[in-house]
Amino acid sequence: MTSGLWELVLKGVWTTIQLLVLSALLGVVVSFVVGIARTHRLRIVRFLAGFYTEVFRGTSALVMIFWVFFVLPLAFGWQLVQLWAGTLALGLTYGAYGAEIVRGALSAVDPAQKEGGIALSFTPWQRMRLILLPQAVPEMIPPFSNLLVELLKGTALVSITGMGDLTFSGNLVRLALQESAEIYAYVLLIYFVIAFLLTRLMRGLEARLKANVGKAPERRTVTEPGPVGVGGGVA
Amino acid sequence: MTWDWNAVSDFMPQFWDGLLITLQALVLGSLISFALGLVWALLMRTPSRFVRWPVGIVTEFVRNTPLLVQLFFLFYVLPEWGVTFSALTTGVIGIGLHYSTYTMQVYRAGIEAVPVGQWEAATALNLSRRRTWTAVILPQAIRRVVPALGNYVISMLKDTPMLMVITVLDMLGQARLFSQQHFQFTEPLTVIGVAFIVISYLASLLLRTLERRLVR
Repeated sequence: MTSGLWELVLKGVWTTIQLLVLSALLGVVVSFVVGIARTHRLRIVRFLAGFYTEVFRGTSALVMIFWVFFVLPLAFGWQLVQLWAGTLALGLTYGAYGAEIVRGALSAVDPAQKEGGIALSFTPWQRMRLILLPQAVPEMIPPFSNLLVELLKGTALVSITGMGDLTFSGNLVRLALQESAEIYAYVLLIYFVIAFLLTRLMRGLEARLKANVGKAPERRTVTEPGPVGVGGGVA
Repeated sequence: MTWDWNAVSDFMPQFWDGLLITLQALVLGSLISFALGLVWALLMRTPSRFVRWPVGIVTEFVRNTPLLVQLFFLFYVLPEWGVTFSALTTGVIGIGLHYSTYTMQVYRAGIEAVPVGQWEAATALNLSRRRTWTAVILPQAIRRVVPALGNYVISMLKDTPMLMVITVLDMLGQARLFSQQHFQFTEPLTVIGVAFIVISYLASLLLRTLERRLVR
C-alpha cells in the first residue's frame, strides 16, 4: 500500500472516531433521560419512554440510518450534514439500548436506599441525584462498555450511505488496488484495536467510580457476556 | 410530507420477496450460530491451552469487529482464494460466524450454571465423558440458555439488512431497489422499518412464552 492510500485510511479512522464520540455522547444523554423517565411516577411519562425504547430497539440500525439519510430530507425537508445524520441515527438507536441499562441499574439499587431518602424528606430529584445515581452508575459501566463496542461496530454502517468512515476508505482502497485480503485485514485490525482501547478505558472508569462509592472493583476473568439482550449485535 | 399509498401497494410484491430472503438468512444464520457457538464453548473447556488460546483470540476478534467489514471480507476475499459461494450463502456464513461468538458465551454461562453436584453424580455413576456431556450436562445447560439464544435471534434479525451490501435482495435491498426505480424513498423504507418493529415484537412475545415453558 502506498502512503497516499494510508492517508485515506487515516482520514477514515478520524471520521469513525468523530462519529463514535459524538454518537456516544448523544446516546448517553438519551439513555439517561429515557431511562430515568421510565422510573417516573406519572404513567404517561413511563409509557412514552417505554414506547421510545420499543420502537428504536425494534427496528434495525441500518434501516434507521437509511431513514435519516434518505427519508428525512424528502419528507420533512431536513437535509442534515452527513456527520450529524449519522450521529442522530446511531445515538437515538443505541440510546434506546442504553436506556434499558440505566433503568435496570436504577431498579437494582437496594430499595432501602430510596426509603432512606424519603425518610430524610429528600425531593425526588435530590434522591435521584444524591442517592440513586451515584450507586447505580458504577454498575452501569460494564454493560455500557459492551454497548460502546457495539456502537463502534455500528459506525461502520454509515459507510453504506457514502460517508467516508474507515469502512468506506477500506472499500476505496480495495477498488484502487484490486486486491482485498490485505486492506480488509488492516481495517478489521484497526477496529479491533479501537475496541480494545475502549474496553480498557471503561474498565479504568469503573474502578474509579466504584472507589468513589467505597466499593472495590470485582475481579473479572474473561469478558463477561452482557446482560441478556443488551450486549450482542444490537445493530 | 407526502404519503403515497399507491407506492406502498406497488412495493408489496417486492416486500414479500425480501421478507422471504430475510427469514431464510435469519433461520440458517441462527442454526449455524447455535451449532458453532456450542463448538466454541466446548473447545474453550478443553484442558489444553493450545486449543483454548487460539479459539479465545479468534472469537474475541470476530466479536469486536464490525459484521459489515467481515461480510466484505468474506464476499471479496474468499473468491480470491478460490472459494466461491452465492451472495446469500456468504451472508449466512458471515452472520452465523459473527453471532456464534455471542452464543458461545451464552452456552458457557449455561454450562457453568449446572450445579457441581451433577458433575459429581456423573462421576459417581461412572458415566463416560461423552455420556456425562450428552445425557447430564448439556440437556440441563441448553434448557437454561434458550431465552438468551432467542434474544440473539432477534438481534440477528436486525442485522440481516447488512446483507444488502453484498448484493443480497433482502427487505432493505428490495426497498432500495424499489426507491431507485420509482424515486420514492419514503414509503418503502418506512414500510420495512415498521415491518422490523412488528416482527421483532412478535418474536419477543413468542420468546416470552417459550421462556415460561422451559425455565421454571
